[in-house]
Amino acid sequence: MTVHGHQVGAEPSRAAAGPTAYLDNAATTPMLHEAVEAMLPFLRATFGNPSGAHGVSRAARRALDGARGELADVLGCEAGEVVFTSGGTEADNLAILGTVAGRPGPVLVSAVEHRAVLAPARAVHAYIVPVSRHGVVETGALAALAATARSLGSPVTLVSVMLVNSETGVVQPVQALPGVLEADAPDALLHCDAVQALPWLDVASLAAGCDLVSVSAHKFGGPKGVGALVVRGRAASVVRPVLHGGPQEAELRPGTENVAGAVAMATAARITAARRSATVRRVTMLRDRLADGLVEVTGALEPAPRALRVAGSCHLRFPGVSAEELLLLADARGVAASTGSACASGARDPSHVLTAMGWSGAEARESVRFSLGATTTVAEVDHASRVVADAVERLRA
Amino acid sequence: MRVLVAMSGGVDSSVAAALLHDAGHEVVGATMKLWGGPSDSGCCSVADVRDARSVADRIGVDHHVFNFTEEFSAGVVAPYVADHAAGRTPNPCVECNRRLKFSALLDRADRLGFDAIATGHHARVERRAGRWSLRRGADTAKDQSYVLSVLTAAELSRVLLPVGDLTKAKVRSLAATWGLVTAAKPDSQDVCFVAARSSAPGGGRAAFLGSRIALHPGRVVDATSGDELGSVEAVELVTVGQRRGLPGGAASRRYVVGVDVAARSVVVGEPDLLLCDEVTLESRTWVGDELPVGTACTVQASAHGRPVPASLTATGVRFGERARRVAPGQLVACYRGDEVVGSGVAC
Repeated sequence: MTVHGHQVGAEPSRAAAGPTAYLDNAATTPMLHEAVEAMLPFLRATFGNPSGAHGVSRAARRALDGARGELADVLGCEAGEVVFTSGGTEADNLAILGTVAGRPGPVLVSAVEHRAVLAPARAVHAYIVPVSRHGVVETGALAALAATARSLGSPVTLVSVMLVNSETGVVQPVQALPGVLEADAPDALLHCDAVQALPWLDVASLAAGCDLVSVSAHKFGGPKGVGALVVRGRAASVVRPVLHGGPQEAELRPGTENVAGAVAMATAARITAARRSATVRRVTMLRDRLADGLVEVTGALEPAPRALRVAGSCHLRFPGVSAEELLLLADARGVAASTGSACASGARDPSHVLTAMGWSGAEARESVRFSLGATTTVAEVDHASRVVADAVERLRA
Repeated sequence: MRVLVAMSGGVDSSVAAALLHDAGHEVVGATMKLWGGPSDSGCCSVADVRDARSVADRIGVDHHVFNFTEEFSAGVVAPYVADHAAGRTPNPCVECNRRLKFSALLDRADRLGFDAIATGHHARVERRAGRWSLRRGADTAKDQSYVLSVLTAAELSRVLLPVGDLTKAKVRSLAATWGLVTAAKPDSQDVCFVAARSSAPGGGRAAFLGSRIALHPGRVVDATSGDELGSVEAVELVTVGQRRGLPGGAASRRYVVGVDVAARSVVVGEPDLLLCDEVTLESRTWVGDELPVGTACTVQASAHGRPVPASLTATGVRFGERARRVAPGQLVACYRGDEVVGSGVAC
């Protein structure tokens, strides 16, 4: 069927014929070839439900157990401490709502957390910890809020601080948290949303002091729809399930397991970790090439020193330019990047992260997040650099 | 041409996009997110965006959502609230056209390299005798030239109104023929950012304004006798010419003939007290050159009001014969024949 002689349902025409650059890896990454291959058997012959007793099920169970162990190695925990979920958002919700269900009390979260942490925290009772102008969580304020909560007779039950911010790429002082909380919230569980960290940092060591750690497969070459929450030590006796209906995942997350997803996630995690040092070295050079070029040509500003940020993060503000318009012009020439978060309608919303850093709404609307990944090439960076410089010049004309 | 089509998620802009695509233009659809916080309630709801996106997919064109909430809040909602606080009767749809669609969106389209923007308004833009003109839509019952009468030739030169030549029935039948999901969608009504009146709290104009400004009870006074007849709950919600909601009921044939917010009073009287000879206009605009005083025209003071004969004065228009007063804040559109010549806001 056609509308005006055009094929109905055809892909809209996009100017993607020329070179392209995918610089939105903080949103999602392309899947690793090995991860795709790893999951295929479980979409085909090895389709069993791991909960069954027969051979078909046992094969699936073996694969799931293997994946659990493989992911645990990367995350520096025991296999039995890995709870597979449907992704980072569910892991964050389980950490917060599950902890509060087991031990009611206020939670302490940073102002720059992902909405998957902020929203459930606010749904219970949250103290919001401010950040510095560079977007680093203020540990002094965090300690003070913990003291306040204690003095009010209701000590915090959970503290949640992300390892890497999804918009700015700023690394947070997660390792310092146990010491910071020692005086006024020694019993508070520590949750770390490490969703953005795994491609760049050794999550196992940096989050070693955390009781709960969230990760998401599609941020490091795995499939969408699968993630995990590490639940260990004292957290194991506190956290309660949020969903109800079955004994799977140590009775913390009911539902038939996503075997293919878990296997692919573990594969992607293992490969990402093995290649991490080399990836970080290479991507740091690419990021600097992109950022240096755009800063020089367009006068772009960086929200925080690069030393505070992970290798893949190239976050720039272009004074006098609407980020929304810049992204449209870039998209038309095959460059994919983004601002922070989108609302339900798909419109770009002012970033709560930049607002928390003291930026005005107008400044926030001038900033663009280019996020590089393990697959980013020099050609992509150079194409993006040209396209963005052209677009900025045009929008300022 | 490269055309950016403002797609509200309604049937008119859906068909506008399809017609332009059919005519061979390079079309990109954009839905303006104007209102609604995290919940996206009210104007440009998630459902409307989904409809617009679905239509764009069906036609085979790209679609974007533009966030203009800050501009809308500052340029349309804040003046709407302030006007009510001052006892005026604003027309936010006109201000949205003036400040958002044919200003912020048009500027953006320019910067992004589009040759024109298009909307689903029922009116016609034409180049006549070397100048740009705005005419009433072919479907006189659906004509929307009134809310576009604030546009100037410079803006009109970059605006396409593809459904202006069609009847609404034809628009709907085209949409149905092409399988667009918006084909049978009801026409939008009322002020988009004010939730429809309902039993739920927050619905209706009174609740919307009441949460933003202080609403004050007012005395209702008879224009002739000076007698106090009763009271109204909120003087800010009363409009000159209003008849409903007054003490004594409709049987009294009394109309609001004056509102004084500062004095918290509403003056009511017989309908002939509403009649006047002329209206003074502010924020006057001209589609083309300013026309000389005395030029004969017809004027229309509401979206579907009856056009009445008038002539231009130095400060506004003089009615051919005494006519109902126009509430302060309402737009008065001036026409010659079916062509808009300009507009102004009643003082």
